[in-house]
Amino acid sequence: MPETVDSLSPLFAWLVSLALVPVLLVLRKRPNLRDGASLVAGVVKLALVISLVPLVTAGKVVVVTLAEVLPGLPIQFRVDGLGLLFALVASGLWIVTTLYAMGYMRGLDEHSQTRFYSFFAVSLSATLGVAFAGNLLTLYLFYELLSLSTWPLVTHHGDAEGRSGGRTYLAYLLGSSIGLALPALIFCYMRSGGNMDFTTTGFLAGKVSVVEGTVVLLMFTYGFAKAGLMPLHSWLPAAMVAPTPVSALLHAVAVVKVGVFCVIRVFTGVFGIEFLRGIPGAQIVAALAGITIVVSSLIALSQDNLKRRLAFSTIGQLSYIIMGVALLSDNGTVGSIMHIATHAFGKITLFFCAGAIYVATGKKYVSQMGGLGRRMPWTMGAFLVASLSIIGLPPGGGAWSKWYLLLGTLDAGAWWLAAALVASTLLNIGYLLPVAVSAFFGKAAEGDDGVGGEAPLACVIPLCLTALMTLVWFVFPGLLKTLASLMT
Amino acid sequence: MTEHFPVFIVLIPFFGALLCGLLGMRWPRVCPGIALAGMGLAVVVAAAILQRVAEVGEWSYFVGKWEQPRGIGIELRVDGINALVLSAVAVVGWLVAVFSPGRLGRDEESKPTQFYILFLLLMTGLFGITVTGDAFNLYVMIEISALTGYALLAMGPHSRARLATFNYLIMGTIGASFYLLGVGYLYLHTGMLNMAGIHTVLAANPASSVALVAFTLIMVGLWLKMALFPLGGWLPNVYTYGPPLAAAAAAPLVTKVTVYVMVRMMVTVFGWKWVFGGGGWNEAVVWLAVVAILAGALMALAAKDLKRMLCCLILSEVGYMVGGAWLANRWGMTGAIYHILGDAFMTLTLFLAAGVLAGRAAIFKLERFEGMFRRQPWVMAAFAVGALGMIGLPPTCGFFSKWFLIRGGLEAGHYGYVGALIVSSLINAVLFFRIFEIAVFGSKPGKHGYDGPQVVVEPDGVKAKGGDLLALYGAAAMVVVVGLGSGWISGVIQRALEVNGVPLAAPAVLAPAVDETPTNDH
Amino acid sequence: MPTPFQILLHNFNYVCYVVLLMIGLHAMITKRNLIKKLIGMSVFSTAIILFYVSIGVNNGGDMLAGHDGRPVGNIPVLEHGIGHDAITHPETIDPRRYANPLPHVLMLTAIVVGVATLGVALAITQRVFQDYGTLEEDEILAQLNNPQENDD
Repeated sequence: MPETVDSLSPLFAWLVSLALVPVLLVLRKRPNLRDGASLVAGVVKLALVISLVPLVTAGKVVVVTLAEVLPGLPIQFRVDGLGLLFALVASGLWIVTTLYAMGYMRGLDEHSQTRFYSFFAVSLSATLGVAFAGNLLTLYLFYELLSLSTWPLVTHHGDAEGRSGGRTYLAYLLGSSIGLALPALIFCYMRSGGNMDFTTTGFLAGKVSVVEGTVVLLMFTYGFAKAGLMPLHSWLPAAMVAPTPVSALLHAVAVVKVGVFCVIRVFTGVFGIEFLRGIPGAQIVAALAGITIVVSSLIALSQDNLKRRLAFSTIGQLSYIIMGVALLSDNGTVGSIMHIATHAFGKITLFFCAGAIYVATGKKYVSQMGGLGRRMPWTMGAFLVASLSIIGLPPGGGAWSKWYLLLGTLDAGAWWLAAALVASTLLNIGYLLPVAVSAFFGKAAEGDDGVGGEAPLACVIPLCLTALMTLVWFVFPGLLKTLASLMT
Repeated sequence: MTEHFPVFIVLIPFFGALLCGLLGMRWPRVCPGIALAGMGLAVVVAAAILQRVAEVGEWSYFVGKWEQPRGIGIELRVDGINALVLSAVAVVGWLVAVFSPGRLGRDEESKPTQFYILFLLLMTGLFGITVTGDAFNLYVMIEISALTGYALLAMGPHSRARLATFNYLIMGTIGASFYLLGVGYLYLHTGMLNMAGIHTVLAANPASSVALVAFTLIMVGLWLKMALFPLGGWLPNVYTYGPPLAAAAAAPLVTKVTVYVMVRMMVTVFGWKWVFGGGGWNEAVVWLAVVAILAGALMALAAKDLKRMLCCLILSEVGYMVGGAWLANRWGMTGAIYHILGDAFMTLTLFLAAGVLAGRAAIFKLERFEGMFRRQPWVMAAFAVGALGMIGLPPTCGFFSKWFLIRGGLEAGHYGYVGALIVSSLINAVLFFRIFEIAVFGSKPGKHGYDGPQVVVEPDGVKAKGGDLLALYGAAAMVVVVGLGSGWISGVIQRALEVNGVPLAAPAVLAPAVDETPTNDH
Repeated sequence: MPTPFQILLHNFNYVCYVVLLMIGLHAMITKRNLIKKLIGMSVFSTAIILFYVSIGVNNGGDMLAGHDGRPVGNIPVLEHGIGHDAITHPETIDPRRYANPLPHVLMLTAIVVGVATLGVALAITQRVFQDYGTLEEDEILAQLNNPQENDD
């Protein structure tokens, strides 16, 4: 068991964004100050999270107890490698997303911006709560809070589409978490004798039968529907009615990452890799993930709406992560955890580009985007770079995570999953590269008068930054690999 | 002084009512103050009782020191279970007393004195029910709270209030009379009225058709009073049309305290072995509870106005508690008792919010929530806390109730009950998010950028005053506090249950199928 | 083995109370007139009172006998009276010669409760009459379903 350290830094990091909300409400009439406050809070949060890095990479675990609710079952933070990696990604990308949101919302003159930023901040707190969660109860608590706090963001536009998108969103997420995850949670509590802390070997190992273990594993995997395993994936395309910064948040910073994070926690901390070797549950999940990967990539090919295309791409990428951990091999686990980070940066860039295109030209459909690269070179350039990362080709950072994932499938002897990976890579090329290529080399679409340039600076800078980060991850994957390896 | 607390808690509101009666006729302004002071004192006394019981154990008090060997005393007996219920009732009563002054001018047709007298007598009855250890005394207290309840609820401005209350009166009298009849049969069988005494005799002579009839009558009577579906038809009308303040006082309390009485009968008077030992008819009762849960939820879905929806939810919640109690295991019973506390506060929050939003009106159609988050953000925030509790999201108390109840259901192998709990949580989510949608976006979807109707001035001049908000936030805060304190609370409940001989597992529990011997790695 | 008719005769008082109970219950539930419901309620509570009084009868009745022939529960009469008379005249009060007073006492309370309930019920009925002008439930419901109902 790693050594534990008590420190209040995780608590403060979590509190920063909650404490931001009253500040935002007070400053709501002064948009510049208000948005500045958001940025400052983001930087503070990131700094606090970074301060935890030396402790965790040295092999220690940071513990903070918030409240003792049931005997032996407190609301507790426990920061280890996986949690810290996710927290870094989330806090870092929050700053970037806030900057982008400023440009986007002002560029479109959106309404209710204070409400938007407030719920954004609360969602970040919930995300950090999940990242730092030390036991299943805390994890579930913040998972639910995240569903609730993102609902006003998804339904932000307030029109009929927004409302029905919001309803689908909640129906899937609340339905699965209350219907599947909660009973599974209570079952674990009963069997574990009251202690649900995530341990390195899984607290449920040896306490459940094969059948029970498989059923509970599946209940958790589908109960945490934010992980987007088919067929409980439909909420994600439905949530695309939200403004693009929200979509970016959903796909890269918070929501889906929370989903797969929870799944990884269930695999490693609840059941433990060793125990899972003995039950068929993991193979079933891996198979479902493999199917999701291929099917979603195929659907992505057929989508003309850029955001929807990206949504289905995300569903596939999430299943990479699920598959990685379901392979029960060290390489697979490392690859899947690294993929949380590399996919986050890559996908957020793609979404930023989609939003920037909408702000600058009002276009939503890929077929309209021919020749755009000449007018928006930075945007489409970033799109190209990020696509490489998602596809998994160097110099995109995603190459490393895909590499480890591939190694993992070979370790586990799952040849057909390796084949699925390769097939989906080809499909990724098929639905991502043509966008960039036609933007640079293609003809302008009908009715395009070729006027106008880039999106506002506040939009372009973030997307260039994140695209740059994908390159950085390629050259310096060390931190990611270290944090990921702590989990094996 | 402190050794008389069990009887004090009953006497405080009683003398408060007396004072209100004497002084209030001449100076009506005095009454709110008396009620506030009285209920505040009651909260303090209840807390003291709770603390002592949590530390020391059962507290037995014989009124007038007529003690047991002579066999004619009335005993007040407080253990972990009723100490908690007592505290919850006291806090709810106090919050209603805080809430009341702001409402009375408008709602109760300006009869503040009468309201307070009746309210304080209602609290007397409720406290009495909670602390007594004597079966007949319980009947008297039930009737005190019932009669004052009828009078309070009939005072509403809406004309249907009278008819609904008349119906309630009939059903309530049938219920209480059945209870009385049951006690009569028990007396026939055991010759005792003291609860512990009855238990001793019953334990020695368990197999008796007289006791069985007694039990059935008592249960049916209590189910009538607590509005277990399908015996609960009286409830929605009464609390919908009754005066909002009286409904806010009675709805969170009366049914819950009756559930407590059922628990007390099952655990202390008849005893665990007697109730669950012979035959599997407890399963049938749990299925009845399942029907109640689902029926309440579906009726709430069909309701077009707020108060009726909340009343149907009460029916559902009663189903939770009855099902939990009859699961025949300790966790189910713990969940049922914990839910008494939690539901009291959640119902109070929602009814107080409804009282503020609806004003004088009995019918508050859901469409009128239009843009409410903008118009009354503070009230809606508290309403949201209550709603989250009903849905069962952490860290509210609703989550922990479901935790205990689902655990009880899983241990008993009663998957129907677990399924009903989950379905009802989901239906609650639909109900409340439907309201939230209307409250945020308005009832008709607009175009992109639509933020809700731009209403600046309240159409009917309803504004939330200071006292209202204090009570509302007090109730909402308690919802979260009870949730966070669930560990301590469940500990107190479990100790009390253990003393009463409640075993850990049901007689026929599914043994976990493990491969190796389970080890505990703490 | 006594015949059913003999059992019925032996427990005649209980049969009476059951019949009254059913009449009262029937009236409360099926009658449409509010006053008739209240009459049913009174009959119902009277039946219960009768039952309790029957319990107190001391002819050996239905009470469980303990091993020495005395009832298991105490008849709550203080034995032997009070004061020095009890020592010189031990037959002053012999509980076994008296009907059990406890059920009677309990029923005094129950009667009072019944009266109070009736009072409240009649007050409500009076208000209902003021509001609707009739005490027949059907007519009241008809008035309620009338489009002129003032639902606010």
